[in-house]
Amino acid sequence: MTQPSILLDGLPVPFVDGQTIMDAAMAADIFIPHLCHHPEFKPQGSCKLCTVKANGRYVSACTLPARDGMEVENNSPDLNDKRRTLLQMLFVEGNHFCPSCEKSGNCMLQALAYELEMLSPHFDQFYPNRAVDASHPEVLLDFNRCILCELCVRASRDVDRKSVFSLSGRGIDKHLIVNAESGRLADTDFSWADKAAHVCPVGVILKKRSGFAVPIGKRRYDVEPIGMQVERLAARSADEES
Amino acid sequence: MQQAQGFELETASAAAGSLRRVAIDPVSRVEGHGKVTLLLDDKDQVQQVRLHIVEFRGFEKFIQGRPYWEVPVMVQRLCGICPVSHHLAAAKALDHVVGAGRLTASAEKLRRLMHYGQILQSHALHFFHLSSPDLLFGFASEAGRRNIVGVAAAYPDVARQGVLLRKFGQEVIRLTAGKRVHGTGAIPGGVNRALRREDRQGLLAEVGQIVGWSRDAVQLVKRLHAADPALYDGFGTFRSNILSLVGADGALDFYDGQLRVRDADGGILVDGFDVQNYHQLIREEVKAWSYMKFPFLAALGPRQGWYKVGPLARVQNCDFIPTPLAEAERRQFIDHGQGKPVHAPLAYHWARMIELLHAAETIAELLHDDDLSGSELSTSGARAREGVGVIEAPRGTLIHHYQVDDEDLVTTCDLIVSTTHNNQPMNEAIRRVAQRYLNGRELTEGLLNHIEVAIRAFDPCLSCATHALGKMPLQLELQDAAGAVIGRLSSAS
Repeated sequence: MTQPSILLDGLPVPFVDGQTIMDAAMAADIFIPHLCHHPEFKPQGSCKLCTVKANGRYVSACTLPARDGMEVENNSPDLNDKRRTLLQMLFVEGNHFCPSCEKSGNCMLQALAYELEMLSPHFDQFYPNRAVDASHPEVLLDFNRCILCELCVRASRDVDRKSVFSLSGRGIDKHLIVNAESGRLADTDFSWADKAAHVCPVGVILKKRSGFAVPIGKRRYDVEPIGMQVERLAARSADEES
Repeated sequence: MQQAQGFELETASAAAGSLRRVAIDPVSRVEGHGKVTLLLDDKDQVQQVRLHIVEFRGFEKFIQGRPYWEVPVMVQRLCGICPVSHHLAAAKALDHVVGAGRLTASAEKLRRLMHYGQILQSHALHFFHLSSPDLLFGFASEAGRRNIVGVAAAYPDVARQGVLLRKFGQEVIRLTAGKRVHGTGAIPGGVNRALRREDRQGLLAEVGQIVGWSRDAVQLVKRLHAADPALYDGFGTFRSNILSLVGADGALDFYDGQLRVRDADGGILVDGFDVQNYHQLIREEVKAWSYMKFPFLAALGPRQGWYKVGPLARVQNCDFIPTPLAEAERRQFIDHGQGKPVHAPLAYHWARMIELLHAAETIAELLHDDDLSGSELSTSGARAREGVGVIEAPRGTLIHHYQVDDEDLVTTCDLIVSTTHNNQPMNEAIRRVAQRYLNGRELTEGLLNHIEVAIRAFDPCLSCATHALGKMPLQLELQDAAGAVIGRLSSAS
């Protein structure tokens, strides 16, 4: 019996039962833009960057199981236009000022903006003004850069078993909080060794006193654009470098 | 000892309502605006002249609450012309915070190389792109030709050398900071990259030509001075104190040293002053009519204590220049003053080109040093809560001062930038130019440019925008006593 496959941008891509479109694409070294997806965690489909067209319908590639013969459109002007708009909205919701951000060059949001040729924020900036949490001796939290991907929430809850992070508020007021009475990271049992310390795709969870230590040219996405790093993204081998 | 003079024409003696107001607005600075206002009486005699500048100060506020390691990268965005100066001044201040009292040899030399590359490119930009059109064609020459394109047509070799000198400086910056503009080379306690040997070889292959062109640039300025000494020695000239960093041995040093102040006659007022205590030496006065503060020496007070910074101050404040070609030129420059300090604003260009030559020579020397390719790039020690970093930026002494709390966040930030030190000097220069050239005359674009030439000599941050490709974004309005606009002049029109 032949292995089932989907037709991804016209190319047959095999999959095994239970794999999503994202899983199948990654296994075949094909890049589907994404932010909230992480191979080690249950997909939640919240960022919508991985939106593809499957049999004519817009769906999240990270949540939809692949089906034999499914025709999937991924790298098309229409989808990339929509992804670019999503990126623009994420950029203006937070303070994503790459020029002075230490995550620059290692940031998935920035890398995707380059990949999808986002040339301007387009929308009005929200300019959130949330105080950074520098209370922890090892880690700094800059809440103004959170994109609500919940990777730290999932990692802390499901892997570290600490539930240090959570989202609070509703709708446009939704934001990341620290699960402590004081709201301060220092009053939790969070540690730099935690999985949650290494999954943030943007510049929220940062190791203190090490910003800008890696020179321009040597940072993760200086070396190769994100679209060429599918294998590393699939294995998340670079998490420990962040 | 003769002290600084000045403040004539700062405030008109007659009631302002009886005078005609002329505003040059905006005089653009790098990322902001300034303006010049003139008050004229009914005989067109100048009664008041003021240069107002919107300054950088916002950075001091929004850096508060940010982690200290972010500061050198963030504050360099103050400027697109000499960001390396802010980058390094901030890093130097934060070296104290991370307890790096003494950097590794590699880190210090890499930073020094980056900085001298910055001096080279900025001085080349200012002289060739921004000021040479005035000096080569004349202050009131045809406005359409008074730009770098005009220079390229009439003096192609001069323009080409200017462009390539700047390019070389930018390349030095790129290889030490990662980018030509707004890189990340310096970190608190050191640097994040060494210079690869092949990159050193690439620069070494070119640096001989760069030194040669820098020598030519000094000769060009000297020829200009010799052709019209009355103009070059007298245009907007005023006396003042001078202030700069000087190396421990009295050498001209752009990267590090102690503060020295001389009076208008060249006598040393302050020497060997530790920059960590700068706030005991310098105070700042606020005036209601300007957004920029007026620094002065605390011991002398605001009337006598103001001073010039930048190339004209540095070249005359040091005891010697530690590279042979530039030192020979410094001696000629000092001889030009016949035993007295040279105070002429247009002599800034001469001093600036001597510094350009010194920067080129220093880069040539440094490139032979294997420490540039070393591997010990950063160091740290006992944490401190405060640090001051002072550097000689292309335009003059630059002071960064930070306090950091126990959670690593910046609590206070104080910046005194080069252009601020030269606030009073620039005002003095344009008052003298206005008195000499504008009194009783019908104002024309050429006369307006005389004011700009005086401002431009100091190479303030506004020079770039005011002279970009000959289209100075200057507007001059003539109003009658009732405030009605009776005439308008625009340099772009």
